[in-house]
Amino acid sequence: MTLFIYDHTFDGILSCIFYAYEHKTFPDAILSDADQRPLFIDEWHHIETDEKKSQRVWTALERKLSKSAQNMVLLVWLSELPETEMLLFGYFRKIIDHQHGFEMNFGDSDVLRVKEIARKVNGEAEKIRQFVRFQKTKDGIFFAPISAQYNVLALVAPHFRSRYPDQPWIIYDIARNFGLYYDTHSLQEVTFSLQDLKSFKSRKLENEKLSETEIYYQNLWKEYFETIAIKERFNPKLQRQHMPKRFWKYLTEMQ
Amino acid sequence: MHINIPVRLFNLHTVNEKTLEKLKILAGAAKYDVSCASSGTTRGNSRSQLGTTSGWGICHSFTSDGRCVSLLKILLTNHCIYDCAYCANRRSNDVKRTAFTADELAQLTIEFYRRNYIEGLFLSSGVMRNPDYTMEQMLRVVKTLREVYRFNGYIHMKSIPSASRELVVKAGMYADRMSVNLEIPSEANLKLLAPEKDFESVFAPMRYIQQGMLESAEDRKKFRHAPSFVPAGQSTQMIIGATNDTDRQILTLASALYKRPSFKRVYYSGYIPVNTNDSRLPVLATPPLVRENRLYQADWLMRFYDFKADEIVDDTHPDLDLDVDPKLGWALRHPEFFPVDVNEAPYEIILRVPGIGVKSAKLIVASRKFGRLSSSQLKKMGVVMKRAQYFIVCRELSMQTVNELTPQYVRRKVTQKQTKAAADLLQYSIDWGE
Ligand code: SF4
Repeated sequence: MTLFIYDHTFDGILSCIFYAYEHKTFPDAILSDADQRPLFIDEWHHIETDEKKSQRVWTALERKLSKSAQNMVLLVWLSELPETEMLLFGYFRKIIDHQHGFEMNFGDSDVLRVKEIARKVNGEAEKIRQFVRFQKTKDGIFFAPISAQYNVLALVAPHFRSRYPDQPWIIYDIARNFGLYYDTHSLQEVTFSLQDLKSFKSRKLENEKLSETEIYYQNLWKEYFETIAIKERFNPKLQRQHMPKRFWKYLTEMQ
Repeated sequence: MHINIPVRLFNLHTVNEKTLEKLKILAGAAKYDVSCASSGTTRGNSRSQLGTTSGWGICHSFTSDGRCVSLLKILLTNHCIYDCAYCANRRSNDVKRTAFTADELAQLTIEFYRRNYIEGLFLSSGVMRNPDYTMEQMLRVVKTLREVYRFNGYIHMKSIPSASRELVVKAGMYADRMSVNLEIPSEANLKLLAPEKDFESVFAPMRYIQQGMLESAEDRKKFRHAPSFVPAGQSTQMIIGATNDTDRQILTLASALYKRPSFKRVYYSGYIPVNTNDSRLPVLATPPLVRENRLYQADWLMRFYDFKADEIVDDTHPDLDLDVDPKLGWALRHPEFFPVDVNEAPYEIILRVPGIGVKSAKLIVASRKFGRLSSSQLKKMGVVMKRAQYFIVCRELSMQTVNELTPQYVRRKVTQKQTKAAADLLQYSIDWGE
């Protein structure tokens, strides 16, 4: 089997494409250094990521892909699924080898899979927009821990930024140990120390870190949430279907 | 970058018991209003304001009954001079009455909004003194939100029946959506149950909203920055099962409303008795949730599948079939329409096939020019073959369709599978009469 080793970047995948067409050799698997190697390797190629080459590939793809298909490709990349590399590689090849418009051939399994994964990643971003719960800290920062299935933090940041222009916030992805901090002017990446992270694992900030009114509003919200349920329509299954259990630990109203 | 959240001492704020108490009463009294949607308008933000609206609407939570929580749905007051039989706030009920101040409610909305609990406010109210006085009080809340708190998120405001045009028009300058609830689908029954109301008291404010929207659209053709008026349109709600009105009446009314350009949603709310001992109202063991669900499906067909009300219900079938969804019901009554060749038929025809939704119909039409589609490809595109198989032909030779197998047979086959799913969803043991 033929193996490509790359640097686990999006530019890297595009460089793989360039290399493959240049050397007329196509991989059976694309892995990064950190990945475990399969047992039977006939040949392997180390692909240098070269921005000029990847840019040329992207320009070629841009010509053949609609804006929404380009966006889907980026969403697939953010999925971080194990199949990502080979799926994108296969997809790009098909797009390059076929006429403009192949992205609409949903009878093709790669085209359909790209759409499916893009939908899932978008869905996860939407869930984060729905279920983020900010807690106001003593120093006025609104803090929300999340644990996202896909790497969607960058996708949701613009939404919160334009929604709360005057409100400093941190959304922290505990699963990936990084967060975004908006200081009312710009966004920056933040990483907490292990010790801080441990305290967030309990999902809730300790009371002494919260603003004076935080608990008060949390209680009002919980009370509201309890009150509006209609007992004659009790349907916890439907509730779980819309609001999967994995989010509950971050939801104020479910504590 | 490392951020340290400093630890400082503080006194736990004592919960303001009064606000908590009001919240309980006034949210509890608003909960039967089913519409929660925050959809219909997309508005970005300028730095000087708080909030945005996103076109599809965002549900921020789901209550234990599985309903979406998008807006802080609340009454300004539960005082009411009217005496509607189906309402917990009617004047003849001996319940605790209270009211929010405008600032109290505005602040609550803002604090919830900042924590990403909600998309905005859904403000309704019992009738204090008279409809116009009530509208004025409600206006103070939305005005405070927009002008004092610079709130740019979503506001849904109820118009009180019989409110004057002037006040409806004023409210429309602040609200994203307005609604007037029809509640009862026929005028005779409305008058019976809500003696102070008639159709005109509901339709008049609906007209004012519509006129306001049309005028504002005209203005904005001329002046780009003319203020928008109820940009997300209007909606209404009907209570299902409190009266003997048929689904045909309900859907015909809904379809007439959808013909108006301003109408975005009709909501159907299965009747839940809040007042016992009123001989005008039926005694129901459980709310008619299956019927409600079928009405939503029928509504969906009218809005997205180009079905007419009289295709879904008619003289011989004035009520929806509770055993099968209305699209399947139509297909079983019209076997002559099938089979549909998914590789040839136009989009609108494919949409009529049970088991094919808008998404998969679009995928089919986009993909078939690359080659004839097979049933396994259709399945991957999201077609529910368990149903669709009786109504289509694709690349494989025609399977046995509804014509060879007869509608009765297909109905039995499909309802066997459906019974479980529907019962699961609604968590009721439904007697399907099998
Ligand atoms: S007017 Fe509204 S609040 Fe008053 S009794 Fe009738 S439905 Fe209830």
